[in-house]
Amino acid sequence: MQLNGYKPKIVAFCCNWCSYAGADLAGSSRFTYPDNVKIIRVPCSCRVDPVFILRAFGGGADGVMICGCHPGDCHYTSGNYHTRRRMKLLFSMLDYLGIEKERMKLIWISASEGEKFASAATDFMNTVARLGENRRLGDLRCKSKTEQN
Amino acid sequence: MKRIGVFVCSCGSNIEGAVDVCKVVEAMSKEPYVVYAANCKYMCSSSGQELIGKAAAEYELTGIAVCSCSPRMHEATFRKAAASAGLNPYKVEIANIREQCSWVHKDTAEATGKAITLAKAAVSKLCRDEELYPQSFPVTKRALVIGGGIAGIQTAEDISNAGYKVDIVEKKPSIGGKMAMLDKTFPTLDCSACILTPKTVDISHNENVRIFSYSEVESVSGYVGNFTVKIRRKARYVKEDLCTGCGLCAEKCPTKNVPNEFDLGLGSRSAIYIPFAQAVPKVAVIDPDSCRMLKDGKCGLCSRVCGAKAIDYSQKDEITEEKYGAIAVATGIDPIDVTPFDEYSYKNSKDVITALELERILNAAGPTNGRLVRLSDGIRPKTVVFISCVGSRCTEEDERGKTYCSKICCMYTAKQAILIKEKYPDTDIYVFYIDVRAPGKNFDEFYRRAAEKYGVKYIKGMVGKVCDENGVLTVKAADLINNEQMMIGADLVVLAAAVEPDKTAKALASKLNASIDGNGFFNEAHPKLRPVESPTAGVYLSGACSGPKDIPETVAQASAAAAKIIGLLSKNTLESDPCTAHADELKCSGCSLCANVCPYNAITYIEKEFRMPDKTVKIRRVASVNAAVCRGCGACTVACNNGAMDLHGFSREQILAEVDSICS
Repeated sequence: MQLNGYKPKIVAFCCNWCSYAGADLAGSSRFTYPDNVKIIRVPCSCRVDPVFILRAFGGGADGVMICGCHPGDCHYTSGNYHTRRRMKLLFSMLDYLGIEKERMKLIWISASEGEKFASAATDFMNTVARLGENRRLGDLRCKSKTEQN
Repeated sequence: MKRIGVFVCSCGSNIEGAVDVCKVVEAMSKEPYVVYAANCKYMCSSSGQELIGKAAAEYELTGIAVCSCSPRMHEATFRKAAASAGLNPYKVEIANIREQCSWVHKDTAEATGKAITLAKAAVSKLCRDEELYPQSFPVTKRALVIGGGIAGIQTAEDISNAGYKVDIVEKKPSIGGKMAMLDKTFPTLDCSACILTPKTVDISHNENVRIFSYSEVESVSGYVGNFTVKIRRKARYVKEDLCTGCGLCAEKCPTKNVPNEFDLGLGSRSAIYIPFAQAVPKVAVIDPDSCRMLKDGKCGLCSRVCGAKAIDYSQKDEITEEKYGAIAVATGIDPIDVTPFDEYSYKNSKDVITALELERILNAAGPTNGRLVRLSDGIRPKTVVFISCVGSRCTEEDERGKTYCSKICCMYTAKQAILIKEKYPDTDIYVFYIDVRAPGKNFDEFYRRAAEKYGVKYIKGMVGKVCDENGVLTVKAADLINNEQMMIGADLVVLAAAVEPDKTAKALASKLNASIDGNGFFNEAHPKLRPVESPTAGVYLSGACSGPKDIPETVAQASAAAAKIIGLLSKNTLESDPCTAHADELKCSGCSLCANVCPYNAITYIEKEFRMPDKTVKIRRVASVNAAVCRGCGACTVACNNGAMDLHGFSREQILAEVDSICS
């Protein structure tokens, strides 16, 4: 999906048990969402190290979604609570780094919420598209390579 | 040297329909380390798997990337194919280009571009895959069934018949569940008790089965094959092994007016009671809230009349700890509370009852000995109005009810109408419905029999209001077919209440680490292909805990769960998933951060000797992960300050490689 000729890059970390299954359900129910959202499977949202998110921003991602099970529904009992705390800290740090908070989104999606995944992905993509390119942490070499493509 | 094979599946037209697979193959064959790339119509077919084997041998592949459907679908298939091709099964990565690409993106160029990106990410992760080997551990050959209704009984019976030990935990004083409360069953009009009691009696005499009645699951720890469950055995104040179930205590008990739970409060019982005539175990229980002896210390009559000396007022709750290999959840369903539906006057009028209450009234062992009477005045009703879908198929905004169809109400309404017509043919019966849903063997015939042979008046339309004016009920409704408003004077109104999961299901789900859906029903591992397994290994779903079901369906699912459990218990050892956390001892400072976040207590600390460069030996505390207990969530990997913790299968290096690949 393109907006004014600009195509944001979005990385979505999805936990294997709820959100990844929810994204699969979006597929089997044919709920469409923008193709710029690329999913990385992790066992639990608590496996998402803030370093991964910063690396994504540094590598040229314009937005990062972290999707986990609803609070109380974590396959590993408490993983998403750890995620929630860690991401709260990271959110407050993003400002300091000069990255708009809206570029990162933590969202709970269960295995039965295919439609929610698709609409969340679409909404997030629109938000990020409005913010424009993420230049703050963008690696210049990395960017120029993409532009050549 | 890494030599990677990329296999792109067309999945018939499922992937090919939106993704140009040839372009994907072409792009991937140019990637570093990729020595082979090919397309196949169906990778999961035997020819697809043979292709993997052939290519692995010919090109000496060290890793396999499959671009296909979700790894949740076929990861195991391709791991097996890799293993039979002589590779380590964990050197396989899957790029999900069906559910997360071809099915959600219509534009071929966009979908193909995304498929290539996902395939590249999979290859870059694959380059960092390690060879992993599962550990094996023993299986405890005993199963636990939580819930002693028809589902739990059937599961326990089938497991015990295969020669394995089973324990049933039932929170009520007797097993039997909802089915024991019913009068007759649809569509055969079998007497519910007559077909249930042989099963309950059998199971109580089965030497492979232990029944923990009046007990609840306190906590669950461990993992598939090795669960440790603490069971709270609530104080009955009666010694179960001594009580003969003669019932003399209940007869002599001076407190007689306690509402009887088994009759839904329509009848009464004494403070010491046996829940119902066919209770199993047939052992009395004292209700501590109404017993005079337990409340005030004055009475003790039951203890004096008990010939078996079974009464023990000093009994306390006991916790027993048991080990199990598998757990079946059979917690079943309950009707919802209909009091919030003010329009039906359930709260105000005694003559507006729920269907389950009518079931008890129609039951010969019930509060009215099977005579159909109004609860307000004891007179037989001449006009009975049934209202279906009370709380079922509600809109999302209506928080009083449920959005789903409760599945059983149409049929039990037809059954109750027939039962009333059989006993009292002159009764006028109206049934208000949105739709009559009767998909099942002999179901539609049964409903038509009610309407055509017995003359039950089925009216399509919803009831707007039930008015109770000085004991006279008026039902105001709309007849949608004739498009007119109706007013019916009714003697009795029966509400077909929606069903919901048992109240304890939610707490139990969190104890078991099993997931539940928005309505509180247990989630299946796969809604179509694995309907009796929960996503948590070793936890199985029996009966209506995963959604509303009638008795035959419940029994079928209960037996299916038993078959799965028997399959598990028949193994002597299980293999653990090797995707677990591990600590780099050189980096670990022994700070305990990881152990604090571990939900399974899988991390312990050991004293380890380190040889220093100056040849001295230093002893340091380092983390050690018990691979059999670790489930691989990765919470510890992020908590670790030193980067000492990492997760096999989802290592830092692997995920960063994926991130870099997607962002570049």
